[in-house]
Amino acid sequence: MAAYDVEQGDAVHPGDPVVVDRYTAGARVNHWITATCLVLLALSGLALFYPSFFFLTVLFGGGDWTRTIHPWIGVVLFFSFSGLFVRFWKANLWRAEDGTWLARLRYVLTNEEDKLPEVGKYNAGQKVVFWGMSLLIIVLICTGIVIWDQYFYPLTSIEQKRWAILVHSLAAVSIICVWIVHVYAAIWLRGTFSAMTRGHVTGGWAWKHHRKWLKELVAGKSADHTAERKSVN
Amino acid sequence: MAFEFELPPAPNQEVQPEFGQQDLVRRSASSVPTPARKLTEVAKLIDVSKCIGCKACQVACLEWNDRTERIGFNYGVYDDPVDLTAESFTVMRFTEWVNPETRNLEWLIRKDGCMHCEDPGCLKACPSPGAIVQYSNGIVDFDHEKCIGCGYCIKGCPFDIPRLSEVDHKAYKCTLCSDRIAVGQGPACARTCPTHAIVFGTKEEMKQHAAERIKDLQSRGYKNAGLYDPPGVGGTHVMYVLQHADKPEIYAELPKNPKISPIITIWKGLTKYAGMAAMGTFAAVGVLHYLVSGPNEVQPKDEENAKRLAGDR
Repeated sequence: MAAYDVEQGDAVHPGDPVVVDRYTAGARVNHWITATCLVLLALSGLALFYPSFFFLTVLFGGGDWTRTIHPWIGVVLFFSFSGLFVRFWKANLWRAEDGTWLARLRYVLTNEEDKLPEVGKYNAGQKVVFWGMSLLIIVLICTGIVIWDQYFYPLTSIEQKRWAILVHSLAAVSIICVWIVHVYAAIWLRGTFSAMTRGHVTGGWAWKHHRKWLKELVAGKSADHTAERKSVN
Repeated sequence: MAFEFELPPAPNQEVQPEFGQQDLVRRSASSVPTPARKLTEVAKLIDVSKCIGCKACQVACLEWNDRTERIGFNYGVYDDPVDLTAESFTVMRFTEWVNPETRNLEWLIRKDGCMHCEDPGCLKACPSPGAIVQYSNGIVDFDHEKCIGCGYCIKGCPFDIPRLSEVDHKAYKCTLCSDRIAVGQGPACARTCPTHAIVFGTKEEMKQHAAERIKDLQSRGYKNAGLYDPPGVGGTHVMYVLQHADKPEIYAELPKNPKISPIITIWKGLTKYAGMAAMGTFAAVGVLHYLVSGPNEVQPKDEENAKRLAGDR
């Protein structure tokens, strides 16, 4: 069956409540490595950008260490996020219902989900976060290399470095804003967190927020059963 | 015919000694209280027309600052080293220039190094509190204990002066021999210059001295001779007397109208405040939304629906 946007490892387990597998252990580990890197990068980056946050350098062993370690954490994040990208990009492709969902964003915010179209594994908001993060991480790694003076100083002119540092800080501020949206959504929408901790959500959660995905999973499962029965016969 | 010539004493002046933390007017990534006293502004004047390119200033600089330049390469030019380094805070830049009016070959030798801007771009770009300071006498100095080696000062500088050390990863540049001036002595380069092309004193005195030199140069046909004290950075505390002050760029690309790059100004100004506002707004809207609408919880009927969908299979 052609999967709409079911990802590897997604599965539905009937019971009370229904349990739906959303993220494999690999995806979760991958996510949390990325998340840790992003938080460390934000803290060290803010320390280097805002004098009032310079005190945060103590978390990294002082200013020198903050300057040394920040780009390396960036490299780890880049590769870690690349892993997430490979896992998630397909299910994050823009679909017809996403425009409608986004146009009715106010109903999202007022908890009137019955007025929203059914969505697959990710809603338009999550997709914006995904693509926003992807784009910003590319910008950040590219501009970051330009201003990584310890290794790449001779490769660019000072004028190019000035542009790079400006774009780097704008992108950094943007990705922190995207991150705030991401974290807030996880806190606000109860039942979401377990997807990234234990890997599964309740059927009710999937029904409420990602009905198309749930339906597809159930349909896929029944298709599997049919296939099994056929093979048994 | 015996010819004796004795160089007149250099107008190196003794200036107010003993200045310190209480005389800071600017401190990177932090603020300082307005100092109780204002020191007399000092300046180093480099008369390019008097320079013979002996590099004694480079040697004196290395010597006083206890730096050792690595053995270099011969690039077929007089410049040695070919660029400023974390060891060489000053470098003579040699230019062979054909004057289009006189068809004369002019050998222009400019001693490059920190200009000690009144409006220092390095200090404005520096993220580490107190790593770059400016004293009320105009000296811009680096505190290497506080330097974190990020290289932001290099991006802030309109003259391409600071250099990162590959050894300790800290930024270095000319200190105007602040440690010598603090005990009433002139900079090492000025003290050592055999032709008095480099002189040191209060900024006023140096301007007066420059005016005399310019008059002399103009009387000898250098009609565009003038003082390089660029207003775009609020003036500098290292000034040049140039034979062709209308064309500073012929002196190994000395910028005509240097000022802190607008990119740096936006990065350290608008971006900082707009960024804080954006992040603050996102966080505040989140908190507000939560307070107003509360958590979005899965209802029992959702679980029922899910069970109905999946349960019987």
